[in-house]
Amino acid sequence: MNTRKYLNPVGVSKYTGLLLILPFIIGAVLFIIYPFICSFIVGMTDRSGFAGFDNFRNMFKSKDFLQSAGVTLKYTALLVPLKLTVSLLIALLLNTELKYIGVFRTVFYIPSILGANLSVIIMWQYLFTSEGLVNQLLINAGLSPVSWYGDHDAALFMIVLLRLWEFGSTMVIFLAALRDIPKELYEAAKVDGCGSIRAFFSITVPQIKNVIFVNLILQTIAAMQEFNAPYMLTGGGPLGKTRTVGMLIYEEMFTYGNEGMANAISWTLFVMIAAVVAALYRLTARTRRDIQ
Amino acid sequence: MKKLLTFTFLFVLGAATLYPLLWLIGASFKTNEEIFSSIWFMPEKLDWSSYRNAWQTVTPYDMGHYFINTFAIILPKTVFAVISSVIVAYGFARFDFPLKKFFFALLICGMLMPSIVTIMPRYLMWNKLRLIDTYIPLTLPSLFAEEGMFVFILVQFFKGIPREFDDAARIDGCGTLKTLIYVLVPCIRPAIVSIGVFTFLWTMNDFLEPLIMIHSVEKYPLSLALRLSVDSTGQGYEQRKVIAMSVIGLIPSVAVFALAQKKFVSGITAGGLTG
Repeated sequence: MNTRKYLNPVGVSKYTGLLLILPFIIGAVLFIIYPFICSFIVGMTDRSGFAGFDNFRNMFKSKDFLQSAGVTLKYTALLVPLKLTVSLLIALLLNTELKYIGVFRTVFYIPSILGANLSVIIMWQYLFTSEGLVNQLLINAGLSPVSWYGDHDAALFMIVLLRLWEFGSTMVIFLAALRDIPKELYEAAKVDGCGSIRAFFSITVPQIKNVIFVNLILQTIAAMQEFNAPYMLTGGGPLGKTRTVGMLIYEEMFTYGNEGMANAISWTLFVMIAAVVAALYRLTARTRRDIQ
Repeated sequence: MKKLLTFTFLFVLGAATLYPLLWLIGASFKTNEEIFSSIWFMPEKLDWSSYRNAWQTVTPYDMGHYFINTFAIILPKTVFAVISSVIVAYGFARFDFPLKKFFFALLICGMLMPSIVTIMPRYLMWNKLRLIDTYIPLTLPSLFAEEGMFVFILVQFFKGIPREFDDAARIDGCGTLKTLIYVLVPCIRPAIVSIGVFTFLWTMNDFLEPLIMIHSVEKYPLSLALRLSVDSTGQGYEQRKVIAMSVIGLIPSVAVFALAQKKFVSGITAGGLTG
């Protein structure tokens, strides 16, 4: 009774497709599903064996975890809206009939290509030293230099600036979406006496809302697992004020050799990310209705 | 007037975006005092000696050694990623099979799965297999279409090719794989170039995975060798050397991007790939 018709060309078995995606199935089991389950099981152990939910209980009592969770959320809440706004604004400017648009697009895209490259992080380290380029500029502008590694808000902001500098990849996606909006919509709005700010909120935003959402989710997931930049730039300092959950996982595993705790935190980070993504999904669903 | 304003704004912002990189290149030629006394990127005179020092690194091996290591990871990884993603995407785009929707959902979930969550158990797995400190943990997963994003993008590209192409090939006697290789692959070349370039760039930038999986300095890729020199140099007289090493470390990515730029940008805009 459950015989479903498979829409394949004549002579192709319903197993051909399955055979073709077999590498993916094996990979998903070995490198996603197994580690995911394994992470939970190892998270239930400590050095002496099975420990139940002890790791999870201790985690929520530990100052290090609570602090790093706070740092991660603060970092994400700071970086993602900034990055999306800047990318969208620059994409809007690039979506005009200007000369050398291609050159500008490439220039803004280059930092995101080099992205997590260690050379870039080393460069950032030099730019923000006490006598580095940024502080020299601040002094020249008549401002007082900032202690980028000593002050915790400044240290976190330095990392945010690094990732903001790499806004090119989100910008390119916005640009592609803007190009797809039919020009007639703007012409009709103009005839009706609609200004450019109104046109942005009434035409542009609703037309690209799915792309905004995709960028929002991708950037949030990336920001919440940040590791490289704080690890290399600040080492989590000052006083753990830039230590992300990603760094804490690494430290538990390789500095303290605490396999169980590292895996318990990994798993909790996954739940945190899933919760934030789900919350964003609900939130944007409501906004989408409001616009229409 | 409005155009001129936009242009000026973009020009200033573009210059500000590129300035750190120019500064880095300039600083590699400067003396230590000059690095921190001037905000202008141009050095007073071109002194190449820092590059000769940088090439030696702070380890017993020179940078050439680390380049070879890096390419020993990148080349198999890129080939594996392209082949496996194309085959899997072909299966999803052109065939109907049991549990197709479930597996596609699994693919999307895999794309959204943060790698930092699975990396510790993956480390434990490779450790049990005694494959830590080899390149296998870094390269082998690519053979299984590890990057769901690539499959997703290729599926979009395959869907853009009319099915009549496949039918014509089939009538002419091509089997399932021959149709893919001779008819469809030539149509999606820009997407394949993008995937190859992205695998190259991501592997070049990758830091956490080699940090966890590779432990002996002899086998370090470039990124870990760079970190080692930063750690052992500190604030001493060798800053120029570290800066020169960083500049050398950027060359492969910039070169590949410049070579592939045209095809590559059309690929990303069509598929929505991010860096």
